[in-house]
Amino acid sequence: MSANHDDHHDAPDGHGRALRLGIGGPVGSGKTALTAALCRSLGPSLRLGVVTNDIYTTEDADFLRRAGVIDPERIMAVQTGCCPHTAIRDDIAANIDAVETLEERFGPLDLVIVESGGDNLTATFSRGLADRQIFVLDVSGGDKVPRKGGPGVTSADLLVVNKTDLAPMVGADLTVMSRDAAAVREGKPVLFTSIREDKGAHSVAEWVSGVVESWRHQHSHSHLS
Amino acid sequence: MNGAPGQPPTPGLAGLLLLADSRLPAGGHAHSGGAEEACRVGAISGPEDLARFLRGRLATAGRVAAALAWSACAGAGESTGAAESAWRLLDAEADARIASPAQRLASRTQGRLLVRTAKRIWPSPALATLAREVPDGAHHPIALGVAAQAAGCTPEQAAMAAAYTSVTGAATAAVRLLGLDPVTVHRVLADLPYDSVIAEQHDWSALPAHAAPALDLLAEQHLRTEVRLFVS
Repeated sequence: MSANHDDHHDAPDGHGRALRLGIGGPVGSGKTALTAALCRSLGPSLRLGVVTNDIYTTEDADFLRRAGVIDPERIMAVQTGCCPHTAIRDDIAANIDAVETLEERFGPLDLVIVESGGDNLTATFSRGLADRQIFVLDVSGGDKVPRKGGPGVTSADLLVVNKTDLAPMVGADLTVMSRDAAAVREGKPVLFTSIREDKGAHSVAEWVSGVVESWRHQHSHSHLS
Repeated sequence: MNGAPGQPPTPGLAGLLLLADSRLPAGGHAHSGGAEEACRVGAISGPEDLARFLRGRLATAGRVAAALAWSACAGAGESTGAAESAWRLLDAEADARIASPAQRLASRTQGRLLVRTAKRIWPSPALATLAREVPDGAHHPIALGVAAQAAGCTPEQAAMAAAYTSVTGAATAAVRLLGLDPVTVHRVLADLPYDSVIAEQHDWSALPAHAAPALDLLAEQHLRTEVRLFVS
């Protein structure tokens, strides 16, 4: 398992490498389902890699492998020693190693998704690991969650509110969630999804495509030489 | 220690503190040094068991790690630096002292991550050479020794960092897994005889080779356990 040892990989500079997209959020909100949906929607047009940060087992990685949405070799699982947020924020070394290993083995890639282990509302990705990040909530956690804020909700590049199909059953008011999210996020985008009904999470996939496209323009490979 | 008034503090101390800090972003937080498996099988269930486990770990893996870190730090600090092939030789010496493939893998993974982190914090010719000569990752104590030299530490300080970090990860893992009182566990850490495992190393062929079969077995079982939170 060898990572790339060229010096340019030690720089935070993004030239000539894939966009690194972090997907974080509380346990059970649908991070793995979203990752699978993005692989399904974007797989045909983008060269992908996925890093999972399972809390206990390789369950998330296994789920993705079984879903058959991406070549199983392109999924790497990272263990986080009881501290999922440490692995994406304070000590990102193992995740960087996994991302670079994927790029070295399968590169050039367009997009590497780093899925965080389920955590709480304070979790957020280090800029040293993720170029862009999505925070995933679900309606069954209660419609007050966006108002409570936290770095994931307020500062993620995209907030996804998943499981909208459950809203009537759990008494969650989507208008309230939308209004509160807009208030704490100061105009940054929010998308409502039901990945159970839309297996490709098409609205999110479209947002990711746009981000990958502009990343490519800003960090084209030709800048490397 | 230079304690006399007006004298500067011992050189290298700041580097030692940074390297030994569990917050150093080099992936160490996800390794338990066999403690997770020991907790799972009931070999560690409280502070007394943990103290015995750590004492054994320090006296075996810790002693070997300290010797390797001393040698690597001294080699990196020689005026011309260790010859390129020398790093592969020292790495082979480390390999020969770790019987379990699972422990060798964990050691190399941690070494690779540490070299990558240290290269950005303390860029040095020796770190660059080590990364080039052992591209899949030098064993952790060797990476630590070379990083320590780059951070301005003495070989003795490098050995102390290796001895200390050989037990702190396992102790923290036990706190997280069993909910042990962290103050009690720090008392256990404070009582360990770190100095006793540190000795000058001048001859690589005479490095100590203390082994702990129980640690080897725990590491092998751990890799095959389905539910695990730590890498090792």
